[in-house]
Amino acid sequence: MEIFGFPPQLILGQVLIGLINGSFYALLSLGLAIIFGLLRVINFAHGALYMMGAFAAWMTQAWLGLNFWAALVIAPLAVGLFGLVVERAFLRSIYHLDHLYGLLLTFGIALLIEGMYRYWFGAAGKPFTTPDVFRGIWDLGFVIVPKYRGFVVLASLVTCLAVWLLIERTRLGSYLRAATENPDLVSCFGINVSLLTASAYVLGAALAGLSGVLAAPIYQVTPLMGTNLIIVVFAVVVTGGMGSLSGAIITGYGMGVIEGLTKVFYPAASSVVIFVVMALMLLLRPAGLFGKEA
Amino acid sequence: MPKSAVPTWGERPMPDPVLSVTDLHAWYGESHVLHGVTLDLKEGETLAILGRNGAGKTSTLRAIMGVIPRRSGSVKIHGRETIRQKSHAIARLGLAYVPEERGIFASLTAQENLLLPPVISPGGLAIEEIYELFPNLAERRNSPGTRLSGGEQQMLAIARVLRAGGRTIFLDEPTEGLAPVIVERIAEVVAMLKTRGYSMLLVEQNLAFAQAVADRTCVMEHGHIIETFTAADADSHAASLQNHLGV
Amino acid sequence: MLRSHVLPVLALLVLLCIAPLVFYPIFLIKLLCFALFAAAFHLLLGYVGLLSFGHAAFFGTGAYMCAQALARWNLAPELALLFAVAVSAALGAVIGFLAVRRQGIYFAMITLALGQMVYFIYLQAPFTGGEDGIRGITPGHFLGVVDLSNPLALYFTVLAVTTLAFALVWRIVQSPFGMILEAIRENEPRAISLGYNPTLYKLAAFTFSAALAGLAGGLKAMSFQIATLVDVTWQMSGEVVLMTLVGGIGTFLGPVVGAFIIGGLEQYLAQSALPAPVILGAAFILCVMLFRKGVAGTAKSLLQNRAPKRSTPDNPETQATNRIVK
Repeated sequence: MEIFGFPPQLILGQVLIGLINGSFYALLSLGLAIIFGLLRVINFAHGALYMMGAFAAWMTQAWLGLNFWAALVIAPLAVGLFGLVVERAFLRSIYHLDHLYGLLLTFGIALLIEGMYRYWFGAAGKPFTTPDVFRGIWDLGFVIVPKYRGFVVLASLVTCLAVWLLIERTRLGSYLRAATENPDLVSCFGINVSLLTASAYVLGAALAGLSGVLAAPIYQVTPLMGTNLIIVVFAVVVTGGMGSLSGAIITGYGMGVIEGLTKVFYPAASSVVIFVVMALMLLLRPAGLFGKEA
Repeated sequence: MPKSAVPTWGERPMPDPVLSVTDLHAWYGESHVLHGVTLDLKEGETLAILGRNGAGKTSTLRAIMGVIPRRSGSVKIHGRETIRQKSHAIARLGLAYVPEERGIFASLTAQENLLLPPVISPGGLAIEEIYELFPNLAERRNSPGTRLSGGEQQMLAIARVLRAGGRTIFLDEPTEGLAPVIVERIAEVVAMLKTRGYSMLLVEQNLAFAQAVADRTCVMEHGHIIETFTAADADSHAASLQNHLGV
Repeated sequence: MLRSHVLPVLALLVLLCIAPLVFYPIFLIKLLCFALFAAAFHLLLGYVGLLSFGHAAFFGTGAYMCAQALARWNLAPELALLFAVAVSAALGAVIGFLAVRRQGIYFAMITLALGQMVYFIYLQAPFTGGEDGIRGITPGHFLGVVDLSNPLALYFTVLAVTTLAFALVWRIVQSPFGMILEAIRENEPRAISLGYNPTLYKLAAFTFSAALAGLAGGLKAMSFQIATLVDVTWQMSGEVVLMTLVGGIGTFLGPVVGAFIIGGLEQYLAQSALPAPVILGAAFILCVMLFRKGVAGTAKSLLQNRAPKRSTPDNPETQATNRIVK
């Protein structure tokens, strides 16, 4: 059996790879959307935070001798803590400015972080071993899944779902949603919006850190691993629109799959297909798939 | 009332007013919107602020709440100076803010809107009590907040601060854009709140509504309070009031 | 307005004419190319209020097209430059057509993404030579007479072309077209109600800005006799943003000053152990946090009121800089 002249195993395999990339797109654009909602800042440093997560994982393994599960907890916390420092030290003093300044500031922060990491660790990749439990494959009959890659897809789905529930179904989440709409009014109810804003940044940063840990065994851990990724994630965010968190998640996975499928049908275009989809979306629906404002 | 006329035993001081604002100035960017507002609100009193659009009524409420970042003067709540405090800390001194245009959150359901304000002092209404008072809200609890009708949204905006327990309510144009029959319903709610002893600062353009519920009335123009009178004197001020409100 | 600029512009021109006595011409050429690139970028940011984060696409396109025309087609340098400008303008029209549908940060993200797409295309296209770039350029004779293999002749040719380009920018900014652009930036709904089509004006400005960026890239490729992927990277797009920010957004000479500072800084940093991104990143942070008016903006307000006002967040002066353009 073939689909458009390609064996289905190949297509399914690429869909799976697409889902893995999509997992990172989803986690990162979810974090960007949360941060944008409260801070009105497009966090250019998101790719750098992702890279820091991967390095933190590498450090827990190489320096502290801890296992993968420890890294999975420590790295997001460390990156979240770093995010707290960034928010308190820099971002909070520019909220009253034109939102473009937020983009410029976080761009500078990204350059600085990536430059320092390159200075400290060199440009070459750091090895990060796949945890033993995830060595080998799962044969699902119709497709063969390397265990770790399956785990990444599951872990990101679970995380996205958990964050979605946190925001849509909990009290803290209702504070965050309300503050996204009207921070002044929320503070008039006795809620400390400044703290809420900081938590949003910390949450977004921790999500980027978690993505970094998950990526460490798959991709090279290098200081520049987040730079190109963040631009692709921006395209994902423009395509989906900043309107909804579920929109960010769905667009993330969807774009990953589209990218994976392009690798089958027209490999040369696979590195630009996401940008092409973004361009088409701008023609058809400038506000984005789930966007509200024009 | 001269102090000597009050029979006093010992040196008991007069109770502080709930809210006492002195020479309050406020700025939005470069525009100076309040030019020295002075007013006070006594325990259990309903004070109405009347004035044209742009006179500074809403800004007065926002400046007291501390959401206009640049302000000067003095705002005392239960005798405590708050001019340097952040708005969330000010709110926790017992203020209950019902903003203009109701401020219902679109991304929250009616019930989430109701549950949003944290309880800032004991004595707030329980949610069952609220649903008893406003049966409509119970029916629509799972609808997105902004799908409710204007009247329902206004009830929701009032109900949600009652849950939080603040005893000093700021009502910013609660009748704006509502049908007369709904305005009557709001008047009933305000009257009910009066009997329950809430202190209220009411910003209005609807003269009849304000006169029906207010114990005292201030008139604002160009960021100043130009006159204040009690309900008993309202008739003698009717002419100048018509003039200032420009109706 | 015009008179206040005559003196600094003349002074700058005189300085540039004697500069080769002190600096290597090739270094000065790089500064001039950056200055033109920054001016092209600033035309969009300063006068239309649109921050493009993908301008390297046009700079790089200009460089590749000029290199292609010189190295493979043996065109005369002036024709190669014209070709570079034409292709950059065409690319600008396409990218602009998509990007001007959104504003603010979305515009920035869209231009960044489309710029990255252009990068990937050049990375894969055979004619660019991938990581090696296009080499083996012989610049030839400008207008048939000026021998560009002489560094000084090359320098003065580039200086003449950039000066002309700057004069053109000045002319456009002062023209009715420029006034309408500013009107759109200040109040788009009002411009619409006056019967202008803002999208069309923005697109025209974007295309023109792309053409100038392409000219800057073309000049650079012609002078350095190489066109590489570096000129198309998003880091290059970021660098031009930084030049403008350092120089001062909303001032005519700001981008030039910024380009000279950043270009000089890079030259100096080439020997430093710290990677350039660290310094550039720190410069970004400093500018946004403390120095939003930039060098030219600060100089301007110092000249306007000799006794500088205290800078508080509520000071009208500072308020004005809260927006990214005045």
